[in-house]
Amino acid sequence: MATRLQYENNCEVGVFSKLTNAYCLVAIGGSENFYSTFEAELADVIPVVKTSIAGTRIIGRLCAGNKKGLLLPHNTTDQELQHLRNSLPDSVVVQRIEERLSALGNCISCNDHVALTHPDLDKETEELIADVLGVEVFRQTVAGNIIVGSYCTFSNIGGLVHPHTSIEDLDELSTLLQVPLVAGTVNRGSDVIAAGLTVNDWTAFCGSDTTATELSVIESVFKLREAKPSALVDEMRKSLIDTYV
Amino acid sequence: MTKQQAQSNPNTNGAPSLLISLFCLHRLSDAVPFSLSAYYRICCPFPPLRSPSPTQEKLAMAQGVGMFTVPQTIGSVLCCRCGILMQPNAANMCANCLRSEIDITEGLQKHVIIIFCPECNSFLQPPRTWIKAELESKELLTFCVKRLKNLNTVRMVHAEFIWTEPHSKRIKIKLKVQKEVLHGAILEQAYTVEYVVQDQLCESCARVQANPDQWVAAVQLRQHVPHRRTFFYLEQLILKHDAAKDAIRITQMDQGIDFFFGKRSHGVKFVEFVGKVAPTRSRTDKQLVSQDSKSNTYHYKYTFSVEISPICREDLICLPPKLSVSLGNLGPLVICTKVTNTIALLDPRTLRQCFLDAEQYWRSSFKALLSSRQLTEYMIIDMEEVRSEENVGGSRYVLADAHVARVSDLGKNDRHFIVRTHLGHLLSCGDCALGYDLYSANSNDFELDKYRGVIPDVVLIKKSYEEKRQQRQRKSRSWKLKSLNMEVDDGTRGREHEEKMNTEYEHFLRDLEENPDLRFNLSLYRNKEYEPSMGSVADGDDVPSVPLDELLADLDLGDEESEEDEMVE
Repeated sequence: MATRLQYENNCEVGVFSKLTNAYCLVAIGGSENFYSTFEAELADVIPVVKTSIAGTRIIGRLCAGNKKGLLLPHNTTDQELQHLRNSLPDSVVVQRIEERLSALGNCISCNDHVALTHPDLDKETEELIADVLGVEVFRQTVAGNIIVGSYCTFSNIGGLVHPHTSIEDLDELSTLLQVPLVAGTVNRGSDVIAAGLTVNDWTAFCGSDTTATELSVIESVFKLREAKPSALVDEMRKSLIDTYV
Repeated sequence: MTKQQAQSNPNTNGAPSLLISLFCLHRLSDAVPFSLSAYYRICCPFPPLRSPSPTQEKLAMAQGVGMFTVPQTIGSVLCCRCGILMQPNAANMCANCLRSEIDITEGLQKHVIIIFCPECNSFLQPPRTWIKAELESKELLTFCVKRLKNLNTVRMVHAEFIWTEPHSKRIKIKLKVQKEVLHGAILEQAYTVEYVVQDQLCESCARVQANPDQWVAAVQLRQHVPHRRTFFYLEQLILKHDAAKDAIRITQMDQGIDFFFGKRSHGVKFVEFVGKVAPTRSRTDKQLVSQDSKSNTYHYKYTFSVEISPICREDLICLPPKLSVSLGNLGPLVICTKVTNTIALLDPRTLRQCFLDAEQYWRSSFKALLSSRQLTEYMIIDMEEVRSEENVGGSRYVLADAHVARVSDLGKNDRHFIVRTHLGHLLSCGDCALGYDLYSANSNDFELDKYRGVIPDVVLIKKSYEEKRQQRQRKSRSWKLKSLNMEVDDGTRGREHEEKMNTEYEHFLRDLEENPDLRFNLSLYRNKEYEPSMGSVADGDDVPSVPLDELLADLDLGDEESEEDEMVE
């Protein structure tokens, strides 16, 4: 189910939060409304952690992660690093990396299996990503934009990309990522997808300016309508179990 | 675009994927409008000019080099508001939604009042300029667009008139404007501006209406001679050069003509024109009509008094001794051969010619001794050439000695004269000539009295065609002249004056026939009523007449078959 919300009257919720299948990071400051919306949705399933990165609130754009790991830029303070290590489950590897392009959220877009990165990322960073996040890394551009982390968002089920992507590009990306992709907009025609939307396998949060049309597109591509955390398991159970004895 | 089946999608096991294919245009160029107009025109997208995406650049470069490139197909996306499929654009909204959200013509004028003068068909551009323009003309369009305020906040692309009834006092213009809206999309919108036309007389028309005979400048042309030949000639010159087209009124006065103009500059122009064709001296005066001391404006009536020199062609002049000496001892008796803005004087005894311009003349303003009214007829008895043909100032003369006798003396007495004349090339034995009879003239001239030397008895001026004219049967000429529209104060004169005028005019026409160089500056028109007379065969010797190729066909813009080609001299 997709939820519409605002951070301090700003619709770019993907900037101030990071949502994965194993945890959720939320920026501090502002009113408790933002935090409590996430809590209401996710509290019993995954931990919701309030944090800052490098003393800033724009945590969604500075860090990149999935259920296996979390990558932080070089200017994260030690306290923040420690706080995150403490708050997140042990299965999540928290790693601070030295990279010239420090807005990792803008440079890396990933789900649990595949990652798309900025073409100019260092070789070591790429290896680290593959290691820490356990994903296959592809250097790509989206609709001619090199900051792939801003212009596309995908989960294990589907993905949403910049509205100006051509059909050929869409096909190519879809083949790489092995998920169905749709080109669309968020927040009333804004083409910066990842800034306006944050999503995991069963839920999504987007800015309150998002129109009903956009919301329906998001819900259909990420398959959020019937999605509940248990629904995944139920489906797998159906395909795994042949007969009941 | 349509949905496509999922290709190799392991996750979603064959479930149809919602692949909506997309496009590549986003940034819109200034030069080519991507128009989301009221008429829902969505043009095909053009390659962006402002910030080409890297792929576009690479594509262009690659294609230039000859590399293989993947063709980029433009897909479609859902409008974020209404959800219909559309071509993507910078706003990601369909035309309808964009229009309903944003109105770029907000704040622009839709109703304007303009002021129009019905007399001179001009529109007021405040504070004081009046611009002449026809309905639905380019000037009117420019004027109307200029009257709109705030039009610099948007970019105007197109303007045209919408037809309204001419008497409705409304002018409608359809304008197309462009403006940049959210996310860099350029929106083009058309809207109508209505102009209400109010009638108001402009100042000059108001003044004319109040007093239609109001003139501002008057030119009084005078020549103090008893005949009107100069004015006939001037009239033709003025007609040829259209010098009096700005004149409100032209009045014929005793010894001159008055011209009235609506502007001082017209009067000045006319005075200068006259100064170029005749030796004149002029004076100007002004009279205050009204004043506005608060704004320091004054209205005057200007009068130009122009006096033409009294020396005419064929006049006999006795030069004052000082002038004669300064011209190189030009014999005191000279004939005036030509008057333009200079006076050409010819000494018939030495065939010397000299020119006096207006200033020189007025410095020593001499009068003519005898003028062409006092010419008498002589019969040539004998001619003897003295010198061969000379070319003096453009015309040929031959100095000759002539043995002449007055026609009135023939048969009565035996008085004859031997005279040296310059007309040796024209005259021969038995011809008639016209000349001045100094032998029996009673002239009242200081200069002549003072002169010590020998005064000739006769000065021959020109050849006479009188007899031949009387033989001629034809009454009408093959050519005619136009005339100015003059008011003549008729009442006081009477029939004698009219007859005198007619004879003078007839003389003037004869002059024109005889002298081709006089005709040179004028326009003569073909006379339609003229028929060559059947009866008379050989006119024998030429009575000089105007050759046909010098005539201008009178331009007739009527329904009759058009005249033959105009022949211009």
